Amino acid sequence: MLKSTRNALIGATLIGAGFTGHAQAETTLNALFMAQAAYSEADVRAMTDAFAKANPDIKVNLEFVPYEGLHDKTVLAQGSGGGYDVVLFDVIWPAEYAANNVLLDVTDRVTDEMNKGVLPGAWTTVEYDGKRYGMPWILDTKYLFYNKEILEKAGIKQPPKTWEELAEQAKAIKDKGLLESPIAWSWSQAEAAICDYTTLVSAYGGKFLDGGKPAFTTGGGLDALNYMVTSYTSGLTNPNSKEFLEEDVRKVFQNGEAAFALNWTYMYNLANDPKESKVAGKVGVVPAPGAAGKSEVSAVNGSMGLGITATSKHPEEAWKYIVHMTSQETQNAYAKLSLPIWASSYEDPNVTKGQEELIAAAKRGLAAMYPRPTTPKYQELSTALQQAIQEALLGQSSAEDALKSAAENSGL
Amino acid sequence: MTGTWISTRAWLLMLPLLVVMTAVIGWPLVDTVRLSFTDAKLVGTEGGFVGTANYIKMLGGSNFQRALVTTTWFAVISVAAEMVLGVLAALLLNQQFRGRAALRALMILPWALPTVVNATLWRLIYNPEYGALNAALTQLGLLDSYRSWLGEPGTALAALIVADCWKNFPLVALIALAALQAVPRDITAASLVDGAGPFNRFRFVIMPYLAGPLLVALVLRTIEAFKVFDIIWVMTRGGPANSTRTLSILVYQEAFSFQRAGSGASLALIVTLLVTILAAAYAALLRKAAGAS
Repeated sequence: MLKSTRNALIGATLIGAGFTGHAQAETTLNALFMAQAAYSEADVRAMTDAFAKANPDIKVNLEFVPYEGLHDKTVLAQGSGGGYDVVLFDVIWPAEYAANNVLLDVTDRVTDEMNKGVLPGAWTTVEYDGKRYGMPWILDTKYLFYNKEILEKAGIKQPPKTWEELAEQAKAIKDKGLLESPIAWSWSQAEAAICDYTTLVSAYGGKFLDGGKPAFTTGGGLDALNYMVTSYTSGLTNPNSKEFLEEDVRKVFQNGEAAFALNWTYMYNLANDPKESKVAGKVGVVPAPGAAGKSEVSAVNGSMGLGITATSKHPEEAWKYIVHMTSQETQNAYAKLSLPIWASSYEDPNVTKGQEELIAAAKRGLAAMYPRPTTPKYQELSTALQQAIQEALLGQSSAEDALKSAAENSGL
Repeated sequence: MTGTWISTRAWLLMLPLLVVMTAVIGWPLVDTVRLSFTDAKLVGTEGGFVGTANYIKMLGGSNFQRALVTTTWFAVISVAAEMVLGVLAALLLNQQFRGRAALRALMILPWALPTVVNATLWRLIYNPEYGALNAALTQLGLLDSYRSWLGEPGTALAALIVADCWKNFPLVALIALAALQAVPRDITAASLVDGAGPFNRFRFVIMPYLAGPLLVALVLRTIEAFKVFDIIWVMTRGGPANSTRTLSILVYQEAFSFQRAGSGASLALIVTLLVTILAAAYAALLRKAAGAS
């Protein structure tokens, strides 16, 4: 007994010594982030500086790419033998990354405290097949933003609770001549369009896959696309939506050219910033509407996580960095840009102050987050669906036919 | 004896180059050929031999055929426009006038800009909400409301071609200008004395000097245009509804977005083969032109 304790002590000392020795040698981590939305580049640098101050032996090189380049850059680096230690990944990639051994399984590194403290819905961002491939970092879903002043002028008392109601209100605004096309979406041939589509699929109770096979060609999946097409052809939707990304939607909305817009959390505080926006102080936010008889609200899981690459030579230091970036302290300090993953943060007045309306919408929206399908072939499925959405909007084929060919081209 | 020595020495001198070429071009090419017969993925599995399955799948797919048509349209129209604009600009800049040096320097600017910068700039110009093109056309009364240039299949490819021309015609102009300055002044002077009009002077006096260099520009630009990727990726990512998806975008999606290295390699080789055929056809044309003069 004594002997084993002594051995353990010696062992611990040795490990400790090993750690100290290791800690003195400077380690350089390479991290890949995205250059838009949620936390800005400056914020990520500030968070990283705080980490570097606390860990002078670890240096972190940051690289920022647009969202559209994040996946391909990660995969390419991996294909050529690595390069990054920490990568930001979207909720749609863990399946593919896990199947191709891009990320380290960190299930055992997650502490009890993390397990209990982080919102259960947030964990789905980093999970595939019962394993965890990182920590959730940006917790996000699409909300319905509305311009209070325009709704008031149109005599509308309450923001819409269903998608049909949204169409009616938009029509009232259009008929009164307040705006030519009151709704703005991000329907460019890109992932952004799939996020809007998924929000509608969740409202109409649709399914992407059933037993691994495409199931979006009928039911809720078809209703969702039909809604988009009707909204577009009836002129209620800004026709330029079909080449908009999220930032375009934000610009249109904060110029006062849209009464309604679907967008991520980050738009709330930017559109309420008088330096940025013409509609500051008039921005309302609610969860995305539901569908009568089917759902109360709708939401897409648009969260992102931080993971360690399988080729990283410094997984320990990388994990330390991820723990810092996802800590409650860091997240609370930057809660104006992205809501924390920690449940108790929502009771903290420092976090909620000045964005009570957003927090109220988040409580309902985050609880309803609908996942995009988890399949290693996600990129292919998404590309096929993007094409289907655009063909239907442009009237090149009916929603039904477009979704059928998307199912055929999905690789599933 | 001396001849053999010179020949041996020539080979010896070229040896380092040959080694480097084999390493950076030859080996990857051979490896791509090998890859194209497998179902390898970009990361993870090595992939097994699948014969010509990738080629059959790629060549038979509607995506390939549509992308080939899109690419051909893009290459033919943008290269033709660049050649005409380039020669006109060169003829203009070859005249004596005040500010010529400044104009020459200015003209080269679009070509010197990185393509991504150029593409981002044109995205702003075409922006459907606050773009300069919409503003200009409505103020001139040519358009009654703002249009979505990159969001309509009917205009997206044309909009991309304009952006590509703006970037690349300066190269043609530069090559043509250099050729024009080689035209001896006494010949042009003599043609004036003989009473040749501007068109005949261009056709019979200047054109023989321009033909060779222009053919080189044509080869360079056609091959580049056929491989076009970055300007499209930044401006439309192949949309709307895949109306601007060229062969290179297809290769990129197949190999990198979908991670199918095997079929991506087969597609890349098909594109390489097409470009090689084009280049060979041009080379034959060049030889003929050289022989004729």
